[in-house]
Amino acid sequence: MSSNNPNKEITLLIEGAGCASCVGKIEGALSEVSGVKTASMNFAQRTVLVTGNANEDELLGAIGSIGYQASLVKQNDTELLDEKEKSEAAYYKRLMKEMTIALALGIPLMLYGLFIGEMTVSTNPERISWLVVGLLTLGIMYFSGRHFYIGAWKSFLNHSANMDTLIALGTGTAWIYSMVVVFAPDAVPLMARHVYFEATAMIIGLIDLGLALEIKARGRTSEAIKRLIGLQPKNARVLRDGEELDIPIEDVVLEDLLRIRPGEKIPVDGVVVEGNTSVDESMLTGEPMPVKKISGDEVVAGSINKSGSVIFKATRVGKDTALAQIIEMVKRAQNSKPSIGRLADVISGYFVPVVMIIAILSALAWLNFGPAPALAFAIVSATTVLIIACPCALGLATPMSVMVGVGKAAEAGVLIRNGEALQTASKISAMILDKTGTITEGSPKVTEIQVTGDYKEEEILSLAASLESGSEHPLALAIVESAQERGIVLSKVANFEAIAGHGVEGSIDSNSILFGNEKLMDERSVSIEHYIASAQRVASEAKTPMYLAINGELAAIISVSDPIKNDSVEAIKRLQANGIRVVMLTGDNRATAQAVAEKVGISEFFAEVLPEDKSIKVEELQAQGEIVGMTGDGINDAPALAQANVGFAIGTGTDVAIESADITLMRGSLHGLADAIAISKATLRNIKQNLFGAFIYNVAGVPFAAGVLYPFFGLLLSPVIAGAAMAFSSLTVVSNANRLRLFKASDH
Amino acid sequence: MLVINILGFALISLIVWWFWLYKPRNRMVVKGTVPITVNNGVYTPAQVRVMAGEKVTLSFLRKDNSPCSSIVQFNNLEISEELPLNKTKDISLESLEPGTYPFSCQMQMYRGELIVEGKADE
Repeated sequence: MSSNNPNKEITLLIEGAGCASCVGKIEGALSEVSGVKTASMNFAQRTVLVTGNANEDELLGAIGSIGYQASLVKQNDTELLDEKEKSEAAYYKRLMKEMTIALALGIPLMLYGLFIGEMTVSTNPERISWLVVGLLTLGIMYFSGRHFYIGAWKSFLNHSANMDTLIALGTGTAWIYSMVVVFAPDAVPLMARHVYFEATAMIIGLIDLGLALEIKARGRTSEAIKRLIGLQPKNARVLRDGEELDIPIEDVVLEDLLRIRPGEKIPVDGVVVEGNTSVDESMLTGEPMPVKKISGDEVVAGSINKSGSVIFKATRVGKDTALAQIIEMVKRAQNSKPSIGRLADVISGYFVPVVMIIAILSALAWLNFGPAPALAFAIVSATTVLIIACPCALGLATPMSVMVGVGKAAEAGVLIRNGEALQTASKISAMILDKTGTITEGSPKVTEIQVTGDYKEEEILSLAASLESGSEHPLALAIVESAQERGIVLSKVANFEAIAGHGVEGSIDSNSILFGNEKLMDERSVSIEHYIASAQRVASEAKTPMYLAINGELAAIISVSDPIKNDSVEAIKRLQANGIRVVMLTGDNRATAQAVAEKVGISEFFAEVLPEDKSIKVEELQAQGEIVGMTGDGINDAPALAQANVGFAIGTGTDVAIESADITLMRGSLHGLADAIAISKATLRNIKQNLFGAFIYNVAGVPFAAGVLYPFFGLLLSPVIAGAAMAFSSLTVVSNANRLRLFKASDH
Repeated sequence: MLVINILGFALISLIVWWFWLYKPRNRMVVKGTVPITVNNGVYTPAQVRVMAGEKVTLSFLRKDNSPCSSIVQFNNLEISEELPLNKTKDISLESLEPGTYPFSCQMQMYRGELIVEGKADE
C-alpha cells in the first residue's frame, strides 16, 4: 500500500542485526527505496524509523536483500495511550502557563477598574499609560491567545468559522476599540472614551483555563478504556524448546505454550493444557465469582489467574484476542454518536456565523436606539455576544456522555455496539427472552427415562444418543452426554434426517427410530395417549419430555431438565420493576414453557416457536407499538436479534463480537440486561441534560449579552463575565458527563 | 448613522455570502490517497473531490494539540476515528455513491467535506 503522505512514519523491527556496523548498511539500503525521506536506526531497540511515502513491502524487500529479516511494528494500544496522555499533559501545561500570564495582567487591571480608577482616557499621561497597557495586552494576545487568532484566520480562509473565530473577534474588537480610544480619542464621543484591555486579557486567560480544565475532565471520561487497555500485560512467559522465556506479548504466536503463575494476568487467549486454577474474569465480564479452569477450558487475555499454576496453549493472539476486540469495540462505540446528537450537530454548523450576525445587529441596535455613550454600549454588547456564545457545549453534550456511558457499560460486562443502540436501549418497552441458554443455563441434563414394554433404559439411551450424535441442539447434547456418562457405545445410523423444530429420525439395525417432541409423534401417528399424563407431570416440573418411537410404537419418554440460572428470577423482577413487559420465547412444548415461565415470574410466553418464526414474534410485538429488545445466544437467534429494535446476545465471555447483536452481555446473567438498560437510560438522561443545558445557556446568554434586559432592568453583561461563563459552559458539560461514572447500574 | 447601518448590513451580507453561499471553484478531482492535515482549527484541504466507485484513502495527519481535533467523524458513513497526534491515520473508503459526505470533529468546529462525483459520462 502506498501513500502520498510525505510525512508517513513506518517503524520496522530488524532481526539478525548483530553489530553496530549493520546500522549504516540498513539505513543505506532503506534510503535507496523510492519515497524514503529519512531512515534512522535505533540499534538498542533494533528498530528503524522510516519517514516518507515509501511502500511498506518495498522496505521489507530492501532489508531482505541485504540479508536481514524485518517486520512492521504496529503500535499497540498501551503505547498509543501513553503517547496521547503525554501530549495532553503537555498541552495542559502550556494552557496553564498561558492562562497564568494572561490573568497576571487581566486581574490587576480589572481590580483597578473596579476599585481604583476609571478606565477612561482624558489626559495625555493617561493616554501614554494606557498605550503601555495596550501593548502589554497585545503581548498577551500573542503569547496566550495566538492559537485563537491563527485558528480563526485559517478557518476564515476556509469559509468556515469556529469557536476560535468568536474568541478572536470578541477579544480583537475590544482591543482595537481600546487602541482607537488611546490613539484618537477625538474620534470617539467623550463619554465613550473607555478602554477594555482588561476584558481582552481576562477572556483569553479564562478561556485557556476552561480548555485546560476540560482536558483534565476529558481524561477522566476515558477511564474505562484505560482500565481495559491496562489489563494487557506487557510480557508473557512462553515454553519454547524446553526453555521458559519472558517475551513481549506481541511476539507470542499461535500454538505457543505459556505458563501462568498465581496472581499473574493472562496475556493471550488460549486453552488450558496442564494444571488447574481459578480465574478472575470480572474485569472483562463483570462476573464477580472466580471461574474454575481445568485442562481443556478456555482462558481469556486480561483475566487474572488466582490460585494455581497452569500451562495453556495460545489460540488467539494480538488483535484477535477477546480483550483486543472488546477494546476495539468499546473505542468504536465511544466515538459513535446516537441520533439524538444530530440536531445539535446541525445547529453547531450554522452557529458561529449566526452569532456574528447577532453581534452586528446588537451593535446596530445600541447605536440607533441606545442611550449615551451608545458607541461604548455597542462595542460592549457586540463583544459580549461573541464571547458568551458557546457552540462547543452543544457539540460536546452528546459525545462526552456516550463516552462515559459506553465505558461504564463495558465495566459491567455489557458491550454496546454503537451510540444508536445505546439510545434505543433506553426506550425498550418489551423484552423477549429466549428460554434455553438465556433464562436457563442452556446445559440440559437427562433426569428421567420412562420405558414402555420390555425396553431397558440403556437400550433406549443408546438409540437416542446414536440418533442425536450429529446434532448440535442443546437437548441432543444432553442425551449424548448422558450416554457417554453411562459408557454406552453408539450404533451406526442410516437414513438420518433432522426435522427442524420437531426432532430427528433414522434407522438403526433396520429399525426405524423416531425421536422428538409431541408434534412429531402426532404427525407420524404414533399413539402416546397412555403416556400423556406422565408427560404432563414431567412438563409441569419445568422439564422437557422427549418421545422415542421404534417402528411406529412409543418406546420411551426421556425427560431432560435445563436448570434455571440462579439469578434469572431476580433479574427478570428488575426488568419488570422498570416497567418493561417481559415475554418468554421457546421452541419447547407449552406445558414446560408454562412451568418455566411461572417459576421465573413471567406471565406472557410464546411456546413451540420454530427457530425461523422467532423473528415473526418480534414483529408481532413491534406491531403492537412496543420497542422490542430480544435476548438470545446470538447463534440460532440471529434473525430475531436483527429484527428487534435492540438485539442482546448473551456471550460466554469469549465470543465478544456477536455480529447480529447490538448489545453483547459478556456474562451469562440476565442482570447484564437490566444493567444495560439502566446504563442506557442514565446516559440518555445525561445527554438530554447536557443538550438542554447547552441550548438554554446559548438561548438565554446571547440575548442577555446583547442587552435585551437593559431597557427593563438596566442590566448589561460584562464581557469578562461572559468569558468566564463561556469557559465554564463546556467544562460543565464534560463534568456532568463525568457524573455518570458514579452511576451504579445494580441499584436500578 | 445611515452610513453605519448600511455598513452593518453590508457586513451581515458578507458573512452570509462568505460562510454559506460561497462555492469554491477548486473542482479538481483526486485519486488514491489524499493527505489531510489537521491543524489550527481546520482540515487542509477541507474539501476533497473524488470519483464515484473508486477507492479513496484519506490520510489524516493531526498536528493540533487540542482534544477537539482528536476525533474525526463522518456522520452519514457511521465512521468515527481517533487521530493520533503527529501520526497519520488512514481512513479508506470504497465505492461510495455520488454525494457529499461531510466530516468534522465531535464539536463540529473542524469541518470538511468529501464530495463524490458521478462518472463524467453519466
